[in-house]
Amino acid sequence: MAALLEVSGLKAFYGQTQSLYDVGFDIPTGGITTLLGANGAGKTTTLRAICNMVRTDGTIRFDGKNIRGMATEEIVRQRIAHVPEGRGTFTTLTVDENLRIAAYTRRDKQGVKDELDRVFAYFPRLKERIQQQAGTLSGGEQQMLAIARALMLKPRLMLLDEPSFGLAPLIVQEIFRILRRINEEEKVSILLVEQNAALALDLATHAYVLETGKVVMSGPSDVVKNDENVRKSYLGY
Amino acid sequence: MASTSKKWVLGIVVLAFVVPLLKPIFPDAISDYRLFLVSTMIIASIAVLGLNLLTGFNGQFSLGHGAFYAVGAYTAAVLMDQLNVPYWATIPAAAIVCFIVGYLFGLPALKLEGHYLALATFALALAVPQILKYKWLEGLTGGVQGIVLMKPEVPFGLPLTEDQWLYYFCLVVMVILFWAAANMLNSRSGRAMMAIRDQYMAADTMGIDTALYKTVTFGISAAYTGIAGALSASAIAFVAPDSFNIFLSIKFLIGLVVGGIGSLTGSVIGGIFYVLVDNSAQALSQFVKNDLGLPFDLSAYTVFGVLLIAIIYLMPMGIAGGLFMAWRKIRGAR
Amino acid sequence: MEQFLQQIASGLANGAIYACVALALVMIYVSTDHINFAQGEMAMFSTYLSWQLMTWGLSFWAAFILAVALSFVMGVVIERLILRPLHSAPVLSIIVVFIGLLAIFNSVAGAIWSYLIKEYPSPFPKSSFGIAGVIGPHQLGVVLVTLIVLGLLFVFFRYTPLGLAMRAAAQNPQMARLVGVRVDWMLALGWGLASSIGAVAGIMVAHIVYLDPNMMAGILLYAFASALVGGISNPAGAVAGGFIVGVLENMVAYAGNQIEKATGIYIIGNGEKLTVALIIVIFVLTVRPAGLFGRVVVKRV
Repeated sequence: MAALLEVSGLKAFYGQTQSLYDVGFDIPTGGITTLLGANGAGKTTTLRAICNMVRTDGTIRFDGKNIRGMATEEIVRQRIAHVPEGRGTFTTLTVDENLRIAAYTRRDKQGVKDELDRVFAYFPRLKERIQQQAGTLSGGEQQMLAIARALMLKPRLMLLDEPSFGLAPLIVQEIFRILRRINEEEKVSILLVEQNAALALDLATHAYVLETGKVVMSGPSDVVKNDENVRKSYLGY
Repeated sequence: MASTSKKWVLGIVVLAFVVPLLKPIFPDAISDYRLFLVSTMIIASIAVLGLNLLTGFNGQFSLGHGAFYAVGAYTAAVLMDQLNVPYWATIPAAAIVCFIVGYLFGLPALKLEGHYLALATFALALAVPQILKYKWLEGLTGGVQGIVLMKPEVPFGLPLTEDQWLYYFCLVVMVILFWAAANMLNSRSGRAMMAIRDQYMAADTMGIDTALYKTVTFGISAAYTGIAGALSASAIAFVAPDSFNIFLSIKFLIGLVVGGIGSLTGSVIGGIFYVLVDNSAQALSQFVKNDLGLPFDLSAYTVFGVLLIAIIYLMPMGIAGGLFMAWRKIRGAR
Repeated sequence: MEQFLQQIASGLANGAIYACVALALVMIYVSTDHINFAQGEMAMFSTYLSWQLMTWGLSFWAAFILAVALSFVMGVVIERLILRPLHSAPVLSIIVVFIGLLAIFNSVAGAIWSYLIKEYPSPFPKSSFGIAGVIGPHQLGVVLVTLIVLGLLFVFFRYTPLGLAMRAAAQNPQMARLVGVRVDWMLALGWGLASSIGAVAGIMVAHIVYLDPNMMAGILLYAFASALVGGISNPAGAVAGGFIVGVLENMVAYAGNQIEKATGIYIIGNGEKLTVALIIVIFVLTVRPAGLFGRVVVKRV
């Protein structure tokens, strides 16, 4: 299986401070990969680095093509969808507008409509709230909206940053079920950053562990799950 | 470094006092017109210094310092016109009035940051000419017509021309004001002012009463610019509302930016600069029209506008700051 | 009574102009957090462009459309060329650049077209327009044209994908990039639109205030007041603010005249309208920075 995203020698900087040192990993086509690590290990930064939202150095290849240094919006147009942490929705826009914005360059009205229907099949709750301002949705619904909007981009790779953050366990389970379906049915590869390591390892096929801006461990999630150190540090047993 | 620059300043001041006395020897080089021109440069320097105290040293913006200049000019003019107050006595009076007006304006300004303060002061500058025409004040201000005054007379039968005397008067006021400003900036209060500019939050926690400092600085800044206004009323011997429009405030801004934000010497350079450009505009326009044959009346403001933008791009420290850096580089290279 | 109605009508006509300029200001403010101090002078320059086109033989409306289009290009070019490189510059630098633009537009207009005041035609037929004794033909025309422009803008922002992308870019540029919106271009388009709206305002008001390089100074101050009254980040509020300020300034002057008539004491009149605007600006900034309508964002955490 060829890698969809190949990252090597990745460094990232916020102003003068370096926060990633030589990070490297591969994301296989069609798989779900998770990045684990403590707060400040550089998980979010890694996602931001892929989309050129921080200053970077190194190589990032998507589908064989170097995308490092491209403008964020152009990277997104390569069909990499980034769901940022903290419910990334446009709070003053309606649910409908939040979804349509992702398709604004497309001219085929029917195509966009079909796309919306397809997305609503995963998130029927959003359809009920279609004319509501995104800011008035519950936390879980906003997270669903953010994922749904990413899906509107017809992504080949979806970057998810802490989708479980601040949500009730039942909602989290629902969202993760949907993510698995999206991965299987839409053939969307996923890179997941998650505090909740147990949850992430259950969903993912591959895992990388980051510590202070470096990859310290990697492997299939079953292997990583049973690693002594991972169990102690991230799974808590 | 500090002592050499002190020597320089002293030298220039001495020169400024001596040179006009040589007028009988070089009557062409030191003409009355040139002395008057230098007087207006001195006045401009004081006005720019006022703005610099606020913006450069305290970090508060003002696009409306023309308003304080107007208040100073009108205070002086009304006192001279209505109460026959001697011109020299109008200077402290204008300072006091402008300090109060500036302090009062500084109170609402406390709540405003950055763009908003710029907006409020810009609005003030736009409204000034109309406020000066207010009907109730017409008896004092002369309405649209303004007030015509007498030029200061040479006292004690000194063997000087009117323009020579005016020059000395302005020069003395300027020296006093710059000396006071330098001392103030070197004092505890001055450091507090600059602490507020650099680190608003930190200054607060250091126990500096930021609100008091900011409003008082506004008052002092207005007083400086107001003194310049009062001097200009005496120098030009005329005040009228429409000369205090937004473009006056823009001139102070160009002086500030050209000279360098937060630089005392820069204020002088900035003042000299805008008066020079203003005065050569006519020649420039003639040049464009007659020598280049273009049908345009080029005004000084095209030059000002282009310079404002160019300086922001090329020399964010101002021309004075830029030259200083260049000079240090040359010296360093040696 | 008739005079009272006339005052309201002319207040609405002026208000329509203020609403346009205020809207232009707000459009730039919401997307870049900058207050464009040169907005009035840009509108003045656009108005001269239309005047020039008319002297070259174009009809009023042809000149109108062409000038609005040229203004759009002018706005885009200014944003891309002058402001884009400064996007992370300190506030003072940005303000200085705006003042520089103001000075350039004003003086260049004076250089090309001179500072002599010019008459500017009204396109609205005297015979069939207006309601006798209440609203003049030009005033009615101004209100109609601005309402049409505002309506078009509403449709554009509300119902077109590009309008939606512009709103998204203004609300959250970072996130807009993440859905593939070319945010930099959206800002430039916003500048273009603002410049066009300003052009409409300038062309409509020129018949009333006459054409001269300083024609927009007072109007800009009213527009600031309008934008602030409506809430500087609220486009609909800015439009409402424009009409409110327009009627209010006339009412204040009208009341002043009535008082003078009744008591012989002059307190306030036409000469103090700008001062009223200044007071509104400072009052709103210090007392109610969110404007009259605030900003209604329902948020649930």
